[in-house]
Amino acid sequence: MFENLSDKLQRAFKSLRGQGTITEENIGEALREIRVALLEADVNLNVVKDLIDHIRARAVGQEVMTALSPTEQVIKIVRDELIALLGKDTARFKFASQPPTVILMAGLQGSGKTTTSGKLAAWLQKGGHRPMLVSVDVYRPAAREQLKIVAKSIKANLYEGDLKGETAGTALVERLAKEARREAIITGCDTLIVDTAGRLHIDEDLMDEMQRLKALLNPQEILFIADAMTGQDAVRSADEFHKRFSLTGIVLTKMDGDARGGAALSIRHVTGQPVKFIGMGEKPDAFEPFHPDRIVSRILGMGDIMTLIEKA
Amino acid sequence: SRTRESLNDRIEGVLAMTREVDEAALEELEMSLLASDLGVATTTEVVNALREHAKRQQIRDGAELKDLLRAQLKAILDEQQKPPKTVAIGPEVILMVGVNGTGKTTTSGKLAAFYRAQGKTAMLCAADTFRAAAIEQLEVWAERSGVEIIKTRQGGDPSAALYDALQAAKARAIDVLLVDTAGRLHTKNSLMAELDKMRRTAQRLIPDAPHEVLLVMDATTGQNGLQQARLFTSFAGVTGIVLTKLDGTAKGGIAIAIAKELNLPVRFVGTGEKLENLLPFDSGAFVDSLLGA
Ligand SMILES: Nc1nc2c(ncn2[C@@H]2O[C@H](COP(=O)(O)OP(=O)(O)OP(=O)(O)O)[C@@H](O)[C@H]2O)c(=O)[nH]1
Ligand SMILES: Nc1nc2c(ncn2[C@@H]2O[C@H](COP(=O)(O)OP(=O)(O)OP(=O)(O)O)[C@@H](O)[C@H]2O)c(=O)[nH]1
Ligand SMILES: [Mg+2]
Ligand SMILES: [Mg+2]
Repeated sequence: MFENLSDKLQRAFKSLRGQGTITEENIGEALREIRVALLEADVNLNVVKDLIDHIRARAVGQEVMTALSPTEQVIKIVRDELIALLGKDTARFKFASQPPTVILMAGLQGSGKTTTSGKLAAWLQKGGHRPMLVSVDVYRPAAREQLKIVAKSIKANLYEGDLKGETAGTALVERLAKEARREAIITGCDTLIVDTAGRLHIDEDLMDEMQRLKALLNPQEILFIADAMTGQDAVRSADEFHKRFSLTGIVLTKMDGDARGGAALSIRHVTGQPVKFIGMGEKPDAFEPFHPDRIVSRILGMGDIMTLIEKA
Repeated sequence: SRTRESLNDRIEGVLAMTREVDEAALEELEMSLLASDLGVATTTEVVNALREHAKRQQIRDGAELKDLLRAQLKAILDEQQKPPKTVAIGPEVILMVGVNGTGKTTTSGKLAAFYRAQGKTAMLCAADTFRAAAIEQLEVWAERSGVEIIKTRQGGDPSAALYDALQAAKARAIDVLLVDTAGRLHTKNSLMAELDKMRRTAQRLIPDAPHEVLLVMDATTGQNGLQQARLFTSFAGVTGIVLTKLDGTAKGGIAIAIAKELNLPVRFVGTGEKLENLLPFDSGAFVDSLLGA
């Protein structure tokens, strides 16, 4: 249905045939097409600008190779730049020397924190760990009930806690978190996954609350759970969460749809933290480690051409 | 402040930079629109129209440019603001649809309160039988808005829940029935077909139903929003958009692209997690907020 970037570049490079090198002039149209592709994939405008500058600098002056067409040559540069930005390292998890390892789940409303908490617990269980789940979302209707059902479905330990009629607020959140950690120690759980309420990065009260949770729990991991469908605003929220809490990683959810997921680049760019996992569905096992090369193909809207280029 | 890079700041920048409006100013404006999720196609169209205008008739300064832009964006939205279907035989059935986590359940609850405040009777139908605790969540909203809720068990057939709700609403002469459905990605055909089945179920009992199919969209949504709107419209016959989470820093520019391409009006906006954080759509206020006025 859509003309992919490679087709567009092929058109842009028609004029290049017979010319020996890529120049400032003959790459202009190709760069415009790349820019549009990145913007349509929701990569942040400023990130796109940086990328285009890098791509231009690397491409100009290059001899047109015989093994690859100019199109393929430029796509290879684009791909390399995007992968460099995303980081090649497969993300690893930090574990505390003194259990339990605490993982704090943070993010905007509806991004997938509760679902991902369950997925993470299932993933840890598979790896031989004994995770415990706790929800400190005392605000959203039935949020704690939701995690309880999720925990039950994967047979994971859950610290339910007793609200004891206490009003929803930071004091209650802190109490539940403290009790959960104690419970994890008592029951021999090596990880504690703390599901928190969704919050806006500009909500002072709730951002303060997260700060206090961090101080209280001293978590090894603070994961930013982000929706793959997010647009240009991704940099604002991620930047603010990172500034306040020093995030340690990103989980990109709802990647089972057809969103290009350019937000991954934006968030990685502003936080410098790796995307560790992707969410591929609503069920607890729809969870995968992140592979930069796959999302790059996706952002550029092309799969097949990549393998071809990798061989060159 | 929170709108560090607001469109307004950028336009003010343009104003300071140039006395008359030239190509550089238009390019800067293009950047601003892209930064607000309007998308490349819509942005290009809008900027080209301004460029044409500038050719015919000089645009004096940044202030005039901003006025022209404002009018143009507002016109795109206003063009789609046709009134909703009139309801011949009640209840009016409103189906809430959308991808996961956008705010369907919350908005259903808010809408129940909204219609009640208008003196109408409302009822909620819990047709999300899939997500953990979705029914419990809507039950809390039913209590908050003081309306009755019809539900089935978790894992049950959503169309069966809808059928029950339609009969109950008819029997009790309810004015508005709000149907909360499970979040689903528009790419999942089997889940989308379920929405079609629900529509047919509604039609069986009430010929014109559903009267509104509201696509609930998160204001932070990027270009994927267009694809969501396309596919939900083709499967479920979307009649309008609800833009949620406008209390954040995202301003929902994708709604303009959707209005332009799919001729869908925005009906309501969500501005928080409380019962009262719902407003009927006001294109002027929306564009002002988008432009950072
Ligand atoms: N398709 C799909 N849906 C997902 C994925 N992750 C989460 N969801 C769905 O997204 C919706 C929101 O997920 P939650 O886990 O409730 O999100 P949350 O961040 O905890 O939401 P709040 O607590 O309200 O802020 C639910 O319908 C989930 O089933 C994913 O990877 N793919
Ligand atoms: N800040 C803000 N949060 C909102 C708004 N509307 C909904 N939310 C929050 O967004 C999250 C998701 O809302 P839900 O109503 O559960 O979304 P949903 O579309 O029903 O989700 P699924 O049924 O899982 O697909 C919750 O945490 C809500 O409190 C809004 O206008 N502003
Ligand atoms: Mg949650
Ligand atoms: Mg819901």
